[in-house]
Amino acid sequence: MTHIPISVTVDGIVCDGDVEPRTLLVHWLREDLGRVGTVVGCDTSSCGACTVLVDGRSIKSCSMLAVQADGRSVTTIQGLAEGENNWHPVQTAFKECHGLQCGYCTPGMVMAVVDLLDENPNPSEAEIREGIEGNLCRCTGYHNIVKSVQHAAELMGGSK
Amino acid sequence: MTELLETGTPLGRPLRRKEDARLLHGQTNWTDNIQLPGTLYMAILRSPMAHARITHLDVAPALEHPHVVAAYGAKELGDLNGSIPCVWPVTDDIQMPSFPALAVDKVRHVGDCVAVVLATDKYAAYDALEAIEVDYEALPAVVDMEAALKPDSPLVHDGEGSPGTNECYTFPLPGTGIPYEEAKAKADVVVKRRFINQRIIAGYMEPRAVVASPMGMSNEMTVWSATQIPHILRVLLSLVTGMPENSLRVIAPDVGGGFGGKLQLYREEILAVQLARHLGRPVKWTETRSEDMVASHHGRDQIQDIEICATKDGKILGLNVDLLADMGAYLQIITPGIPLLGMFMFPAIYKMEAYHFNCVGVFTNKTPTDAIRGAGRPEATFAIERIIDELANELGMDPMKLRKMNWITHEEFPYSTIAGLVYDTGNYEAATAKALDLFGYDELRAEQESRRASGDPVQLGLGISTFTEMCGLAPSRTLGALKYVAGGWEHCTIRALPTGKIELITGTSPHGQGHETAWSQIAASILGVDVDDIEVIHGDTGRAPYGMDTYGSRSLAVGGQAIKKAAERLVEKAKIIAAHQLECSPDDLEFVDGTFRVKGDPEKAQPLAAVAFEAFTAHNLPDGVEPTLQAEATVDPDDFSYPHGTHLCAIEVDTETGKSTIRKYVAVDDVGIQVNPLIVKGQVHGGLAQGIAQALYEGVEYDADGNLLTASFADYLIPSAMDLPSFITDSTVTPSTTNPLGTKGVGEAGAIASTPAVINAIVDALRPMGVNDVLMPASPQNVWRAIQSAKGGAA
Repeated sequence: MTHIPISVTVDGIVCDGDVEPRTLLVHWLREDLGRVGTVVGCDTSSCGACTVLVDGRSIKSCSMLAVQADGRSVTTIQGLAEGENNWHPVQTAFKECHGLQCGYCTPGMVMAVVDLLDENPNPSEAEIREGIEGNLCRCTGYHNIVKSVQHAAELMGGSK
Repeated sequence: MTELLETGTPLGRPLRRKEDARLLHGQTNWTDNIQLPGTLYMAILRSPMAHARITHLDVAPALEHPHVVAAYGAKELGDLNGSIPCVWPVTDDIQMPSFPALAVDKVRHVGDCVAVVLATDKYAAYDALEAIEVDYEALPAVVDMEAALKPDSPLVHDGEGSPGTNECYTFPLPGTGIPYEEAKAKADVVVKRRFINQRIIAGYMEPRAVVASPMGMSNEMTVWSATQIPHILRVLLSLVTGMPENSLRVIAPDVGGGFGGKLQLYREEILAVQLARHLGRPVKWTETRSEDMVASHHGRDQIQDIEICATKDGKILGLNVDLLADMGAYLQIITPGIPLLGMFMFPAIYKMEAYHFNCVGVFTNKTPTDAIRGAGRPEATFAIERIIDELANELGMDPMKLRKMNWITHEEFPYSTIAGLVYDTGNYEAATAKALDLFGYDELRAEQESRRASGDPVQLGLGISTFTEMCGLAPSRTLGALKYVAGGWEHCTIRALPTGKIELITGTSPHGQGHETAWSQIAASILGVDVDDIEVIHGDTGRAPYGMDTYGSRSLAVGGQAIKKAAERLVEKAKIIAAHQLECSPDDLEFVDGTFRVKGDPEKAQPLAAVAFEAFTAHNLPDGVEPTLQAEATVDPDDFSYPHGTHLCAIEVDTETGKSTIRKYVAVDDVGIQVNPLIVKGQVHGGLAQGIAQALYEGVEYDADGNLLTASFADYLIPSAMDLPSFITDSTVTPSTTNPLGTKGVGEAGAIASTPAVINAIVDALRPMGVNDVLMPASPQNVWRAIQSAKGGAA
């Protein structure tokens, strides 16, 4: 099968690839680049576990082809706060509020929340629930995820 | 809790979790992350038919595809095609058909494994499946349990040795009280209902995955699996494949949720191990979510005929339970036993004179069923809490008043139940009082009255669930008496390393529960060390050789005991060494905050870390004391533990659209002593979400031909944040006396309690319209149909 050259900035590093046109962005990230922090939870774009930021906006990386990311900038959970002891406020808030259990939905959930708070720094509970509707969690019942988002908004300076 | 906090130990504190740093930074080791050199990717051709004869199968064309290394049907697989064992043959005459990894001649459910392809490229393996030639001759599918038991029904298993019926087993519980008919004869009121506890999925977010590598040391085969049960899996893989158990190492790395769905030996695990061994290369398989929907076991799926009888004053006399339980097409490891876990719980918290139980297990052409969060207990709790509300309605009595009249009072513990259990402790009055207070029961009843009076199209309903459950699986002798072929003990080893760090090796296998944090808290409180100085090692039979894994809310109630005992033994040994070093008798020493001190001479002291170093160098140990400082304990629980609680749900039901919206949900749970209340709350929230989801959203649906209609996350409604409310949770603390920590278990409580609370609320809202039941999930369609049906309209 024909391969297509791509060049994508992933977590701040320019990565060149040569991919089948059908290769999903999430598979390229995981299997070619080894950025395995981003995970796959379904095959119908329902769960959002694979959510990353592309040019700062959250997308489900199972619903985007790697070739579509050519020339763009991708941020994964691993690039949000790299390095020892570096925590993004959303990560801090999820830990503080016990907003995760098994942690499988967490990378996607955190990236979705980063985008949500970028668009709306001070969301109401209803706006939070609507904002993360595309990300499924089976462990928490969302109760503490909502609290985590509220806490992250506080940490990031959104007025209550 | 306060009492424990005053001791200054980490036990009982809401510590933030140690696990979270790696989980929040994408530094997690999921099975699918494992990439070994030379890996072959496995893809599986699955049956599109519920019941069919395979008339032609040729895998050879798949071999023509680029990157494909091997392909197998049952014929090519030959002796490598193992049969999955069922380890819970509940009766002597149970029908136990063979369950091969790849179907032989016949497929028995949509998703049954037909052929397998191995390729050096994952996409190529899936491409090659399309080249496999297979013809099926459709057979009539067995879908409905009652039809399946009719004499003229097609048979799911009709091969050699088939008893000629779809009945798997019939299990009657010998009654411990008076005969049910005798109780019924004394009764003024008899209420009988049929409840359908629908089929659901576990819905863990991490799809199942397995990597089998024959590249380990010596002859070792290393198997990584997204499983809840690495220890049990190792034993079963050895039995099925014939590989010596001591050459198998099973590792459950980070596992993304289980909920019972990963309490299993799956066909794909057998195939990966057998083919890795056969081909001498690592084999990797990760399911797609759509595969999971057909290939991973489902749960629940009971038809429950429940009858309760009582005096006109509301005294319950007896309960009669007749179950049909859908096994699906095959028996997975504990499929037949799941309804029997419920058998003990139907009488729940109520006193009565008679209890009769009978369960018939039935084969159908559907995905096998097995444990899902609660495993038998949610089904039982649903039935009893629903029928209590129906009885209250029949008696014209407030459903809470009826419960209070019949429950075991706190002075009556320990209490021998009609089902043969001994509940050690409980205080239903206290939990209920707290819940009612948080809920505002009387105010909500008043609002209900006014909405009813004004004919508001949106009606308000209040639902109650005063539940109990049995946790801490399980006393091994009890399991033996129930014909379960393994024990229920748990193991812990604790090592004090020469550098002062502690290794805690547990036989439990967490997949989201936070054992690394909670187990550290238990050990730290005894050893007097910092929680962060303890490393909890789990889920690897190479590092944690003994264990019974994690399910049935057992890890704390059983595993916690082993941790406590091992830590205490370690302190005992350390004390002997410290006394030798300090030149005193062990009796002269006290152990406070991790340091041994001579009583009355506090300057003479030796911290545990120093003792560990002395034990390591062994330069100056007392005679007869072995070097190294470690201790282990294997604990078999004396009895189960019995968490309980009161859950109250207020729900608004739009009688014009059938849409139900939870207005308020209060859960007061008594899970005994809490090691980490933050984690306890999280477990309750998640359980509530799952139980509410069964009530309102989720249900596996098949058509009349056995085709799965809910075959992806696009069709099966796992609730999102928009579908659930915030919860009001609180707790009472009545310590269990069946384990020295006083804990009970919390993993399943929310899922067990919440489903009947929600359905009771919906029925309560619609009762004036003549509605006495609503099918789950109580979707707008099902609620609307219940309303129309009560009106006598065409629903």
